[in-house]
Amino acid sequence: MAAPVNGPGTDPRAALAPGTAVPTRRGTELLLLGFAVLITLAAHLIIDITVTGSPGTEMVTFGLWFSALWVVAHVVVRRFAPYADPLLLPCVAVLSGLGLSMIHRLDIAGEQVGSNGAVSVDAPVQLVWATVGLVLFIAVLVIVRDHRALSRFAYTLALIGLVLLALPAVLPNSEINGAKLWIRFGGFSIQPGEFAKICLIVFFAAYLVDKRDVLALASRRVLRLELPRGRDLGPVLLAWVASILVLVFERDLGSSLLLFGIFVVMLYIATERASWLVIGLLLFAGGAFVAYQLFGHVRVRVDTWLDPFAYADTGGYQVVQSLFSLGTGGLFGAGLGGGRPDQVPVAKSDFIAAAIGEELGLFGLVAMIVIYLVLVERGLRTSLVVRDGFGKLLAAGLAFSLAWQVFVVLGGVTGLLPLTGLTTPFLAYGGSSLVANFGLVALLVRISDAARRPAGAAVATPPKLTDAPTEVVQQ
Amino acid sequence: MNAPLRKVAISVLVLFTLLIVNVNVIQVFRADELRADARNTRVLVEQYDEQRGSIIVDGTEIAVSEATDGPLTYLRRYPQGPLYAPVTGYNSLIFGNRGLEEAVDEVLSGDDARLALSFRRLTELFTGQDLSGGSVELTLDPAVQEAAMSALEGRVGAVVALDPQTGAVLGLASTPTYDPNLLSSHDPTAIRAYAEELEAQETDPRTNIAISERYPAGSIFKVVVAAAALASGEYTPETVIPAPQDYILPGTSTDLQNFGDRPCSPSGEQPLIEALTISCNTAFAQLGIDLGEDAVREMAEALGIDGTSFDIPLPVEGSTIGDIESDAALGQTSIGQRDVALTPMHAAMIAAAVANDGVLMDPYLVESVQAPDLTVIDQTEPETFSEPFSADVAEQLTRMMTNVVDEGTGRRAQISGIEVAGKTGTAENAGPDHNWFIGFAPAEDPSIAVAVFIRNGGGTGGDISAPIAREVIEAHLQGGG
Repeated sequence: MAAPVNGPGTDPRAALAPGTAVPTRRGTELLLLGFAVLITLAAHLIIDITVTGSPGTEMVTFGLWFSALWVVAHVVVRRFAPYADPLLLPCVAVLSGLGLSMIHRLDIAGEQVGSNGAVSVDAPVQLVWATVGLVLFIAVLVIVRDHRALSRFAYTLALIGLVLLALPAVLPNSEINGAKLWIRFGGFSIQPGEFAKICLIVFFAAYLVDKRDVLALASRRVLRLELPRGRDLGPVLLAWVASILVLVFERDLGSSLLLFGIFVVMLYIATERASWLVIGLLLFAGGAFVAYQLFGHVRVRVDTWLDPFAYADTGGYQVVQSLFSLGTGGLFGAGLGGGRPDQVPVAKSDFIAAAIGEELGLFGLVAMIVIYLVLVERGLRTSLVVRDGFGKLLAAGLAFSLAWQVFVVLGGVTGLLPLTGLTTPFLAYGGSSLVANFGLVALLVRISDAARRPAGAAVATPPKLTDAPTEVVQQ
Repeated sequence: MNAPLRKVAISVLVLFTLLIVNVNVIQVFRADELRADARNTRVLVEQYDEQRGSIIVDGTEIAVSEATDGPLTYLRRYPQGPLYAPVTGYNSLIFGNRGLEEAVDEVLSGDDARLALSFRRLTELFTGQDLSGGSVELTLDPAVQEAAMSALEGRVGAVVALDPQTGAVLGLASTPTYDPNLLSSHDPTAIRAYAEELEAQETDPRTNIAISERYPAGSIFKVVVAAAALASGEYTPETVIPAPQDYILPGTSTDLQNFGDRPCSPSGEQPLIEALTISCNTAFAQLGIDLGEDAVREMAEALGIDGTSFDIPLPVEGSTIGDIESDAALGQTSIGQRDVALTPMHAAMIAAAVANDGVLMDPYLVESVQAPDLTVIDQTEPETFSEPFSADVAEQLTRMMTNVVDEGTGRRAQISGIEVAGKTGTAENAGPDHNWFIGFAPAEDPSIAVAVFIRNGGGTGGDISAPIAREVIEAHLQGGG
């Protein structure tokens, strides 16, 4: 491993003289959470007044409930992860608050004259899901006192992840909009892929930390690239095959792209070998080419991506409507409640970013992207600072998975990339995605707590190092 | 692992920058194009979200938006459809706005600045309610419009009736007509089918012959030449001018003949009033040449026949007398042939100028603009278009034109008990002759000036168009107008 260099600005501890207490920054977090709640409630109020002419009756309930979520989250963090990064939670709060407001706005779009849809009540359901997400968030923080303990369950989690990933392909009745992503029982439908993603990232992190020396060192030099030995290609090929299987059996371009991308990037971070990126890219190109040749649905996606307006009434309809929505919003947007985001199909889930772009304009949409960027970069920063290799890789994997997902989804909605079935984290309507991403953030909060915790400060239950299969690197 | 981590962090920054750049392109550079795209239902839905203002004639709505149960909130209806189609135009999902729907769209859609000041609009603006549009009350006289449209039925033609004293348009008829309701429905397939049906006709009924088409004027242009002669001060109606049976146009061997090659008078000369009464071609060709191009052109331009179009607020094509290269061309121009091309609207304006003592009023169709609460927020004040000739000349012309109806080619426009002044025109063209009649009544205190145009009617202006003018004038005078 190359000599690790921590930049002066990277490690908060570096700036402090020995013996000085590390600030927990919990006050900052509370203040920012307050802002997030304020923004959400203001948005809610504006929407109600613009669309229906008066504040909705559920305003007070919603306000109290939503505020309570973050107060509880904050108290839990204060108690169980006092040194956690203070920006993670507020970013999540403002994104999910904005999402809830937008879903509510689309709920009542039916009350607007000229709307095709009826009034629906999806926002309260989403609020319940957010609450379930919070429960998972608390559970993760309370149960996982040290993230390193997770590596012990790496293979169990891998198995769970693969089963979750494969489940929709095997179960009947799992198809929605052409992709088999769902498990349905009773009135519920969940998207197990969202949970599988996290399980697999944990596994990747544990596995790669374990094997990285082999993967990094044994190599041949070809054309300035350190190429791995043939037999070490096994894992990356396996990930590639799994991605292809997801694509074939679930017709899910998004998850396939997401998982493979995450794995390759984590492999690169673990081994520091750019050759893995090249190999990953080549495999991706090959897979993409074959998929384009073999599968009609992939071909349609790509063709409509290249020229959506040529398929404006068929395959390109969604993207074209999304572009109309964004274009109509322009620089400043139509104002909350002032646009017609209900004209875009599946605006609450897949195209919620278009709805935000239409009503809050370029400024609102860019602000939203920047909040994601802050969230991701704080996650990557955690990864830089945390001392153990597993934590590093896990934090990096989780943060990058968010970034990659946001990029693929927003790229699809704005026509930059082919459309995938992925959802915008925290923002989009959908319980599975929301709950899973709360779990993801809980892990980041946990790792960031470990990263910023001064050496020697008490950990609730210090792990026995002998139990940990990972090596703990003190940098 | 920190080195690749930093690279990943930077890569994420690059990816997000890509997203932001792309969103900038869509929301700033392509915004106008996307917003205006015909497939962007927002624009249409928005338009159908708001109650469009009405178009009103004499207290009756001839175009009105009514609430529906469908996805588009308001449906545009034209209760008397084909009767007012040349005026209203249509409000179509597929073809957009035409006619007054287009010309006064800002008022009807509520975007007009004058509406912004009305109290109801301010309330709507601040309470976030949907803004509703203003209405326009038209100057049309329903009796005139009905008489004109029914008299034109079965023919391709137009009638324009003006109040000569104000310029108010009393009737604006063009046939064949169509049903604007069928173009303004919410069913795109039905709209397209009807449009194809209209296109298949020999003359697309959506063409407004009264204002958008120009035709050779024929003998009605002799009024302009007579006005130029009288205004020169060297002629009176009684001035005797040459009126031979044949007239060889100067510098050519072209024989300009009278209608039916008849002599105008046994003596080969006749008073100006007589020449107009029987519409003597040889007399007017020579008169025009004697007056000179400048005098004729000046009079035409003073009447607004200078090629410029104007709005009433429907757009009216510019009428012209064309380039006159030679005396021979001037001779033909003087009898309304060659390159003389008038809209029926402009023909009516010539009659109106004579009727209003030589003062041509600006034609207008909108009497007043009303706010959604029906308060009048703008009233059209009559304005002078031009003063082409003196009241004296106008009086002399009136006497001459009255003579045309009393004992000349316009006899079929006579109404018992009322003096009608007029002039017929039979214009040669590639097909059967066009038939014109312009006139006004009552001659002593005119309240209506009309122009009737029948395209390729084949007969004479006196036979075909004069009776239509009579019906229109009668309808107006009986209506107590």
